[in-house]
Amino acid sequence: MYRPKIVENLGEDEWIYAGHPACHGCGAALGLRHLLKTIGKKSILVVPAGCTSIIAGTMNAATFNIPFIHTAFGAAAAVASGVAEALSKKGMDDINVVVWAGDGGTYDIGLASLSGAAERGHNILFVLDDNEAYMNTGIQRSGGTPRGAWTTTTITGKKEEKKDIMKIVLSHHVPYAATASVAYPLDFNRKVKKALGIKGFKFIHLMAPCPPGWRFETHMTIEIARRAVLSGAWILMEYENGRLRLNPPSSNMLDKRRISLEEYLMMQGRFKHVKRELLEELKRDVELRWSEIKEILEKQGKQ
Amino acid sequence: MSRTKLVLTGNYASAYAVLHSKVEIVPAYPITPQTTIVEKIDEFIETGMLDATMVRVESEHSAMAVAIGASAVGVRTYTATSSHGLLYMYENLWWAANARLPIVATFVTRTLGPPWNIWSDHQDFMTLRDSGWILFMVKDAQEAYDLTIQAFKIAENPDVRLPVGIAYDAFVISHTAEPVELLTQEEADKFLPSPRAIQPLLDVDKPYSIGNLPRADYHYILRKNLWENILDAKKAIREVGREYGELSGRDYSSLVEEYKCEDADTVFISMGAMAGEGMDAVDKLRDKGYKVGHLTIRTYRPFPDHEIKTIAENAKRLIVFSRALSNGKGGILYDDIASTLYREGQRIETYDIIAGLAGTEVSEEDFMKIYYDTRSGKLDTGKSIFIRRGEYV
Ligand SMILES: Cc1ncc(C[n+]2csc(CCOP(=O)(O)OP(=O)(O)O)c2C)c(N)n1
Ligand code: SF4
Ligand SMILES: [Mg+2]
Repeated sequence: MYRPKIVENLGEDEWIYAGHPACHGCGAALGLRHLLKTIGKKSILVVPAGCTSIIAGTMNAATFNIPFIHTAFGAAAAVASGVAEALSKKGMDDINVVVWAGDGGTYDIGLASLSGAAERGHNILFVLDDNEAYMNTGIQRSGGTPRGAWTTTTITGKKEEKKDIMKIVLSHHVPYAATASVAYPLDFNRKVKKALGIKGFKFIHLMAPCPPGWRFETHMTIEIARRAVLSGAWILMEYENGRLRLNPPSSNMLDKRRISLEEYLMMQGRFKHVKRELLEELKRDVELRWSEIKEILEKQGKQ
Repeated sequence: MSRTKLVLTGNYASAYAVLHSKVEIVPAYPITPQTTIVEKIDEFIETGMLDATMVRVESEHSAMAVAIGASAVGVRTYTATSSHGLLYMYENLWWAANARLPIVATFVTRTLGPPWNIWSDHQDFMTLRDSGWILFMVKDAQEAYDLTIQAFKIAENPDVRLPVGIAYDAFVISHTAEPVELLTQEEADKFLPSPRAIQPLLDVDKPYSIGNLPRADYHYILRKNLWENILDAKKAIREVGREYGELSGRDYSSLVEEYKCEDADTVFISMGAMAGEGMDAVDKLRDKGYKVGHLTIRTYRPFPDHEIKTIAENAKRLIVFSRALSNGKGGILYDDIASTLYREGQRIETYDIIAGLAGTEVSEEDFMKIYYDTRSGKLDTGKSIFIRRGEYV
């Protein structure tokens, strides 16, 4: 019988029940499904305020079939630190402690606790579920919102650049940090597995488009996530002990074999207002990131 | 092994209680005057006396968050803070209570700024009044040691399952050394249950979601349950206090400490370090033939309504000293007492004295002066009266 590769790799067990209250086409819900399939039932999920507080369901109709704890908005990495240390005290180090936090809960209000936990090196996997705004409170800008994007608090488009959270995390000398995308679940699955095999603080930055927040139709989530990667706006990569490697398809895109940035941006209402001049600037932002990557790879090659 | 008596500051007494309670996780962030508690615990850990994990967090918000995570896994968890640290922790303090986590914490009371001020008043502590934490305020290092050990037993009681805070005044108690009698480790081990009896909320064999959205009707009942449980906790506090008394010879079966109240027509009510001055004043006034007593509120939440009522049945005048102020209202302890009296239908003379704010000393002379001035009718029962170092201000 034919089994699609994704089923082959992620298995048929579901740890997130059908009928949960995420919006149609929610990238986060998809990411959670794939994450939970990979981490399995010997795991504890720690989640701060955000859309996943809702996706988790109600007290008599819980969405997740693994132990799950809600935390205050800025506290996820710290609560997870406590969970990990307590498990260790009880001799239960084989249980995975996984944070799933939004961009607000990571880039902004959660940055101090993330930094503290990363620096102390607790045995945690921190997954950043990035939908590039505070969606739960109605699409307000965050430090993770990209330049140019409309949100309800940047109605003429955000003026500032997206914070480079990866650089911040890497400055904590973490053993593993990677990016991922809901359009590439096998890549995400491999990275989660790899992270769980490493002791210490691990970080995966997952791009998870949000139809109502980004203003696109609910069946386009995967297509948009894919175009983010194919246009080079979102780069799939991983750092093992500080050493960078690009992952497919981004690994084939160093020489600019990419679709145009417009093909990604113009599918989304949040960039509808972007005119030529700003578009050129956004393209320059993307090129800058790629040239940084190139530089790192060249330096590594020489070592 | 026989018991030892050491000369300890309040903070070291707390640290010894943590040692003897075999606490497993201690997340902490430094702030004067709490620091020496954590330093001492760190020393116990690093010299192999205590098998605990110290999590040296990056903020108080995270200290309480780590405590929440650890306690949810069912390990014995302790932290300590003061003042701005307490306020920085604030959201998670409420979280701990509503999540019914048996965390124990020491709150060394310190004035809130600005301006920066490291001396004691009770304003920081009073912000926890409504939070669902069981709150003690002690008046010396011995009580700090004794009640910290009892706190774990109270918090972890399955019928209670609430965090417990032990508070005391900055410096006057935290940094003043006095003889403290310690239990032997065997006695402490016998007194306290195993931390493995704490039911974990996070358990891979029983996968619950902790804190999911409620229906409002159901959430209302959760809130009501907490309220009932914290009131019922009086029973556990008294029982644990009696048991501790049998073990140590120091009885804690009452929520309050009465001093010469039996025949008193006037009773001072205060809490914390100034209770000592209050009791000294009672002795002096008794020498002069006045029938005066002092009531120390040791258990602040749940509030000792019954004990207040009993006192008010015999006395005709209560003089309440508050070291914290509800701005725009009055002394916080006074309001607590006044509402108890009103509910009980007891209409007696009460005075609202605001003393010791911002770390100003409260002396026995202050108590005595107030006493004389209430007798002579100089003070108004309807007003908050501010006294600073013997002067009305
Ligand atoms: C201390 C605090 N401040 C503000 C909020 C309100 N709040 C809840 S969720 C949220 C935004 C979450 O954004 P993000 O982390 O990006 O997650 P998303 O909703 O996008 O999944 C905000 C501002 C809160 N819960 N706690
Ligand atoms: S608003 Fe966006 S992130 Fe939140 S549930 Fe809906 S689709 Fe998912
Ligand atoms: Mg978001």
